Amino acid sequence: MTAHSLLSSLLPLLTPIVMLLALALLFGGLLGFAATRFRVEGNPLVDRVNALLPQTQCGQCGHPGCKPYAAAIAAGGAINKCPPGGKATIAALADLLGVAAEPLDATHGVESSRKVAYIREAECIGCTKCIQACPVDAILGSARHMHTVIVSECTGCDLCVAPCPVDCIDMIPAQTALQRWHWPLPEPAALIASDRRQGVHA
Amino acid sequence: MNNALPKLWSLPGGIHPPENKSQSLNGPIRMAALPPQLTVPVTQPDYATPQLCVQVGDRVHKGQALVRAAQSSGLLAHAPAAGVVSAIAGYPVPNASGLPELCVVIDTDPTDTRWAKLKALDYPGAGIDTLIERIADAGISGLGGAGFPTQLKLHSALQQVDTLVLNAAECEPFITADTALLCERAAEVVTGCMILLQITVAARCLIGIEDNKPQAIAALQQHCSDARLQVVVIPARYPSGAENQLIHILTGKEIPSGTLAVHSGILCHNVGTAYAIARAVVHGEQLLSRITTVSGAALREPANYEVLTGTPVAALLQHSGVDHTQLSRLLCGGPLMGIELPHAQLPVTKTTNCVVATTEAELPSPPPAQACIRCGLCVDVCPVQLLPQQLYWFARSKEYTKAQAHNLQDCIECGACAYVCPSHIPLVQYYRNAKAGIREQSDKHQRADYAKQRFEVHQQRVALVQAQNDQRRAERAAAVKAQPAAAAGTSAQDAITAALARVQAKKAAQSIDAGKQDDSK
Repeated sequence: MTAHSLLSSLLPLLTPIVMLLALALLFGGLLGFAATRFRVEGNPLVDRVNALLPQTQCGQCGHPGCKPYAAAIAAGGAINKCPPGGKATIAALADLLGVAAEPLDATHGVESSRKVAYIREAECIGCTKCIQACPVDAILGSARHMHTVIVSECTGCDLCVAPCPVDCIDMIPAQTALQRWHWPLPEPAALIASDRRQGVHA
Repeated sequence: MNNALPKLWSLPGGIHPPENKSQSLNGPIRMAALPPQLTVPVTQPDYATPQLCVQVGDRVHKGQALVRAAQSSGLLAHAPAAGVVSAIAGYPVPNASGLPELCVVIDTDPTDTRWAKLKALDYPGAGIDTLIERIADAGISGLGGAGFPTQLKLHSALQQVDTLVLNAAECEPFITADTALLCERAAEVVTGCMILLQITVAARCLIGIEDNKPQAIAALQQHCSDARLQVVVIPARYPSGAENQLIHILTGKEIPSGTLAVHSGILCHNVGTAYAIARAVVHGEQLLSRITTVSGAALREPANYEVLTGTPVAALLQHSGVDHTQLSRLLCGGPLMGIELPHAQLPVTKTTNCVVATTEAELPSPPPAQACIRCGLCVDVCPVQLLPQQLYWFARSKEYTKAQAHNLQDCIECGACAYVCPSHIPLVQYYRNAKAGIREQSDKHQRADYAKQRFEVHQQRVALVQAQNDQRRAERAAAVKAQPAAAAGTSAQDAITAALARVQAKKAAQSIDAGKQDDSK
């Protein structure tokens, strides 16, 4: 086979090769343009994880706030370090990330009902340390004047308790037992109907 | 009265449980005797902390307020009889949770029957605000069952409604409190209705009543002389007495999901509430008592009682001749929507419309729940046209998003689905649990969103303050640097001599002062 005949046999392939090259260039260009034009700032997963966190900004997870913890989770960190979120948050995170839900890591604290800070006003010396510690500006007061907590703004993060030099801040439940109560799921039947007819007692 | 036959719309679904109403309608309303001790709940809407204005040991007179006139959202409670406050603490009351609620216990004094009433109002002449204030001062809450403070409902309805619906349907088995009230005191119910019309400036008032209460219908029609009032007799079917269902039957309007009847221009009140309003306005009486049906096969004489709030249920059962050997279950409210009472030592509250003392034969305890067989009976009876069996699966597996997509929030918890369920599944309890779960979840989300917003603003503020401080520091540093440059004209040596001269001048002045002082001695 001569070189000429080889060339002539390749000739019919030339058109598709040129066309594919042209398409590759076109789509490559489009993708390159889209990658710069529609660039997403930051990691979108962090925001989605952050949206599931309770935003108490308490730092019990060992991160300085919910967003940093969300970033850690998005980078593959453990999802069971958030006591204020508890079981429900772990389940939601597991659902979002497609990983198994783990029980809450007790080294970071235990899940409890929602709390709010309460300042025993008679004992407050007006040092403003708790005001500086509050991540959501829920404490009102000024130097050498009594401080108080705005209950509706308090997330119950606990961060104001440690800085208080006179230990006049308590964490109290945000709701009474009556306000917290809701209907439980019915108990699963302990016996079945046919048992009852035969006089079997659970 | 308008005699034209009104058009009625039909209720989808619904059931016809045995009525069991005649037992308690044999005689007139009885006055329950004054018990030695009254346990008056002072529970506020949303279980807010009430501001008590009595202390243990205080002597109270009949009609004295026990809680301070709470702001716009509170519900007043009054002493139903004169006596001495012997305790203020949490006591079990008829509620679903079984948790104690704050009550004021009064050791009654039967010799003191004086009633410190409010001033009677001349109601056709009284303004709207005066009337609403009076309703608040009398501590009136919805007597149909929900117990929402009436003044709040009226406030939200001002200049919004064209139709007033008075609910006399009383569709749940056993309950006859409203029927008995209408049979004996229809005139005052109508007065209450006129007062409500005056407050709301509604164009008409429809009084919806089921056709199984001919006596009450006759009594009502006898007193409805105003052209705006119309007694509408509707076919008896459970749950036609639910607010939105009754409105649909009477007006054909469907209340859109997530809105209140008021937003559709309709205000609905129970006849018992209308009666209490009439007593408060015309006679200045606080709401101290209510009519409660005491019925059930375990009683010798089922009857309706006018009973002071705080009276123990046990006293009512005793008046009706309870047979404790027969008594199997004690229900507060009817058998479909009521709750089971653990014992009879609970007080009657403003919302206790019925106490049923049943025998095992009359109302057998529900058999164990079995698996759902997807028969679809519940779908046929649901008055809101939901899919109860789907909601059941979603509630069971806590798939709240799906439950919401199937409109769980529109369920009125009437219990018709559970009534017909051949597997005896306590469906309503599943729905209640899921509704609470959904509410909790959305509360949590709202709080989280708000906290996030606050935190971000806080961070911005901290950063701003930091930046301002940094800038000031930089400016000061720059100023210090610039100073020697500005004073570059004088040499450092000059500055030192000038300072020394200043010090010497000062010393000289001091020695002169000292000399003067020595001279003066």
